[in-house]
Amino acid sequence: MGLRQRLTTEQSLDRTLSAEEKTLFKHAKKIQAILKGAKTVAMVGLSNKSERPSNFVASYLLSEGYQVIPVNPRATEILGQKSYPDLKSIPVPIDVVDVFRAPAACDAIIEEVIEVGAKAVWLQLGVINRNAANAALDAGLTVVMDACLKIEHGRYNGSLHLVGMNTGIISARRAKIGF
Amino acid sequence: MSDKKDFGFETKMLHAGHIPDAVTGSRAVPIYQTTSYVFDSPDKAAQLFELKQYGNIYTRINNPTTAVFEERMAALENGTGALATASGMAAQFTTLMTLLRPGDEVVASSHLYGGTYTQLEHTMKQLHVKVHFVEPTDIKNWEAAITPKTKALYGETIGNPKGSILDIENVAALAASHSIPLIIDSTFASPYLCRPLDHGANIVVHSATKFIGGHGSSIGGVIVADGKFDFTNYPSIADPTASYHNLKFFETFGEYGFLMKARTVTLRDTGACISPFNSFLLIQGLETLSLRMDRHVKNALAVATFLKEHPQVAWVNYAGLPDSPFHDLAKKYVPRGPGAVFSFGLKKGSGDVRAKGKKFIESLDLFSHLANIGDARSLVIHPASTTHQQLSNAELEKAGVGPELIRLSVGLETIEDLLWDLDNALQQSSL
Repeated sequence: MGLRQRLTTEQSLDRTLSAEEKTLFKHAKKIQAILKGAKTVAMVGLSNKSERPSNFVASYLLSEGYQVIPVNPRATEILGQKSYPDLKSIPVPIDVVDVFRAPAACDAIIEEVIEVGAKAVWLQLGVINRNAANAALDAGLTVVMDACLKIEHGRYNGSLHLVGMNTGIISARRAKIGF
Repeated sequence: MSDKKDFGFETKMLHAGHIPDAVTGSRAVPIYQTTSYVFDSPDKAAQLFELKQYGNIYTRINNPTTAVFEERMAALENGTGALATASGMAAQFTTLMTLLRPGDEVVASSHLYGGTYTQLEHTMKQLHVKVHFVEPTDIKNWEAAITPKTKALYGETIGNPKGSILDIENVAALAASHSIPLIIDSTFASPYLCRPLDHGANIVVHSATKFIGGHGSSIGGVIVADGKFDFTNYPSIADPTASYHNLKFFETFGEYGFLMKARTVTLRDTGACISPFNSFLLIQGLETLSLRMDRHVKNALAVATFLKEHPQVAWVNYAGLPDSPFHDLAKKYVPRGPGAVFSFGLKKGSGDVRAKGKKFIESLDLFSHLANIGDARSLVIHPASTTHQQLSNAELEKAGVGPELIRLSVGLETIEDLLWDLDNALQQSSL
């Protein structure tokens, strides 16, 4: 798989996070809190091509009622949403920044995330940059790394289950209506 | 909801894939006997059809009762996901149709269920796929049969009729070194006795009709994938798919890519979906799988040991017996016991052994004479007088099912009763 492909794959095969790191960066309660609490999602590296994984995720989040803010200097509008060249240009408060970029680009992105005061940052599956993730943690942000927003949303709202996937969730408690 | 914990096999048997629903709180898995699902809106419907949203579209593609069966099987096999099909034959066909293109080749063990052999040899040939069958016990045979066109390796955990145990790790290592996925039919073992993905296989298929359902009531199949195989060089999974606006399944769905393509392209187009009612019955079977399998293997070992000592029996092919050539592999791959299906040979006396086999079958009271395995009840078949009756004795020997061969699927009855029945029939057949 080419580097570019691997980095943007919605669900990568890269399972390099240690068990300890998974507890830190893929914590179930942390992920659920973001999915439940976030309203605005800035997507750095969102593609305007409809067959691209990032576009799939954006389209999904829009249909689930999130406000998606594209961050892509080469686009003016993606999926009907105005696109911004960088995070600093976004005029509204950002709840979570979802990153579809190469790990090497993440240090600069995290600096910007901290600067604009976003509450959480989410590095997509395969986007692994421990320095950047730790810098965000030190700045008090909620950090998720090596996970997909769409898959995690589907895991907890039941839709991933509907296509036969192993969500890993086991519970005898009655489900709640809504998320 | 608590943080994820690694629950045990029996807990997953009872709970994985089913959370009591918010509206009714129904504790049992509801049977969603429906063909289709009302869409929220045209926009949501479009999202579903473009696979931008996971959800219910049409029961040929997915169904909420079937989804419980699928996720439960994925959890029990330690896979990333699963796809249920109309039968075990449909599970393997769907797997191959998803992976292969005309001109591709498969290397398969020759120790296979006859129906699988026929599908691989004849139906695959019609699709311009060549399958090379190899004696599976020597890894060199597998290696020698691999060509640049080989796109899958295929074997069974417990092979019929010799009761051979496949050295899965050995074949998996060879498959990995050639970047080819290893497909294992684990029907005879069920996920309780062996989990091939844990040993390096990439895809597991089952005839769920057998031990998974466990009661001989429903036909069904299932495919479970490990989600670790890199399909970059598999055009069938990696290339743009014309019927989905050139969607690239592997790039978009990654570890779910193979299963998503199998579901939304192969199953959609070939139509071999399972009935929701059958999924429900298979779920019922899964809930007692470990309990039944423990008794199945206990009874099977007792029957095999009894037959081994019986004066009317020539040989017994059960890897659970210490003198089986597969005993060591059985201890490694199926430590709780090598299933409950095996063959034995009637002693060839002076008369016609084929007639002796027929007499044996006719003399049984408890073993049901039929063409199936994995029922809670004990089953028996004599291939020379039924499935293979058109073959001469010489042809039978060549096919590895001599005229003296009897196949048993040992059930859950009182063991003394099974031994009484077999002893009685053996004596009757020798008169």
